[in-house]
Amino acid sequence: MESLLEIKQLTCGYQTQPVFSNANLTLYPGQLSGLVGSSGSGKTTLIKAMLGLVHPWQGEVWFRGKRLKPGAPPPGVGYVPQVETVDWNFPVTAEEVVMMGRYRAQNFLPWSSRRDRIIAGELLERVGIAHVAHQPIGDLSGGQQQRVFLARALVGNPDIVLLDEPTSGSDLHVQHELLHLLAELSQQGLSVLLSTHDLNSVATHLPWVICFNHGIVCQGQPIDVFTPETLKQTFGADMLVMRQQDRIIISSDATTLLHELKNSLPPALQQNSKSL
Amino acid sequence: MDFLLKPFQYEFFTRAILVGVMSGLLCGVMGVYVTTRRMSYIAHGLSHAILGGAVLTYVLGLNFYVGSGIWGFGAALLIQYLTGRRVYSDAAIGIVTTACFALGVAVISTYRKFSQNFEAALFGNVLGVSPTDLWVVTIVTVMLLGLVFFFYRPLLFWCFDREVAQVQGVPVVAMDTLFALMLATLLVVTLQVLGVTLIISAVVIPASIARLLSNHFGFMMLISGGLGASISFTGIYLSYYFDVASGASVVLLSTLVFAGALVWTNYRRRAKRYDLPLHIDHS
Repeated sequence: MESLLEIKQLTCGYQTQPVFSNANLTLYPGQLSGLVGSSGSGKTTLIKAMLGLVHPWQGEVWFRGKRLKPGAPPPGVGYVPQVETVDWNFPVTAEEVVMMGRYRAQNFLPWSSRRDRIIAGELLERVGIAHVAHQPIGDLSGGQQQRVFLARALVGNPDIVLLDEPTSGSDLHVQHELLHLLAELSQQGLSVLLSTHDLNSVATHLPWVICFNHGIVCQGQPIDVFTPETLKQTFGADMLVMRQQDRIIISSDATTLLHELKNSLPPALQQNSKSL
Repeated sequence: MDFLLKPFQYEFFTRAILVGVMSGLLCGVMGVYVTTRRMSYIAHGLSHAILGGAVLTYVLGLNFYVGSGIWGFGAALLIQYLTGRRVYSDAAIGIVTTACFALGVAVISTYRKFSQNFEAALFGNVLGVSPTDLWVVTIVTVMLLGLVFFFYRPLLFWCFDREVAQVQGVPVVAMDTLFALMLATLLVVTLQVLGVTLIISAVVIPASIARLLSNHFGFMMLISGGLGASISFTGIYLSYYFDVASGASVVLLSTLVFAGALVWTNYRRRAKRYDLPLHIDHS
């Protein structure tokens, strides 16, 4: 299969400090991948380099067979930044934020065309927040805000979407809903890369994992990649890994591991496992 | 009726009202960008920096608008440059604008022959606008409103989320430069209405009132522009009867309207809270 986005021997940094070095990675159409690593491991910088927002010190980024010019993100890429980077008091509605993703397709007039509004409405419907389209973004819950950003990234009909910590700060239910939605989108041909440090969600929902710690440690299917050795290399700490048929549960201590195990049980069994 | 129309029999007053209304409208519209991007301090600092440019252009015998405009634009770009070079943005504003202002004060203290003009630059002298000034303000108003209209979408996106705007194809560096140019032009042409010390109020107060009244960027611009124009008109008009400086009159009136809007929106919020049902229907 022809690659969609490829990075070759990429090294990036700020001022005199390199953030990561010699990263090689290839993403394919329809691939759903998770980029895992601890805070400060360089995940956000890698995503920004893939977008052309960070000037690489060395190496190249290729998208759809063309070399990316730093500072000029190509069309066909959607980006969902961390929610903390946004001023939620800004006076715009959810629909207006989604409409921003149509920038390349719009004319110079300040008002939106009927077609744009229909497309934005369909996207909001698809991500399940059509009922809050006309509400100010500051009035939405964390999960809804995340979905607005996802809708903005999708409304331009991209080939790939890069999401930076989309599940951070949201509860388990919201995380699962979002990951299911992304899985659905990848089945329709969209390539998705999301960064996270929530290993259990990744292990459950994502078919491909890239472990990152100032460079790519390893990549592959969660069942192969999540071993105590690779997790120590990635997070710099000892981790417990429990394999249960085709499932993996990961934690840094035994109590949390048992808690995670209990949460993974069906509700009826959870009632009977209170002593755990 | 004659009593009410009396001020308009003076040509200078009619000119002052027209310039005041256009300046209020422009400051109101641009103020929405300034406040939502948290750039009030840069606007305040730039108005001081422009004084240095105004004094230099006077001494060198250059055109006030061109000289001060270039000076203000240069100062805005220099602040942007320093901010990108590990200098905190507020520190960069402090360094550049006070240096420019100090240069103006130094030149004034050396020449010692334009104290009256200096006072006008500091506190504004809207009643002293010439027919040429009126033309300049009119042309700049049309130009800036045109730019706001044609660049509404990219400027809104740039203002809300600069990084994602760049990913979606908005030329953000060009937007930085365009906005610096627009802001410098706005401050230069409206300086004579309120002066260096008071101009920031015309930029910030109507936009802050609009924020209290609306959650929509476009409506905020309409409200802020409309308020800016009507407050300027009323302030300058009332200054004739109360015999106070027109700049101070405009600022005090806008502050009063802001206080009123604050009280009203707080009252509305509380009233809405009391209207809410006391029980939550879980069905």
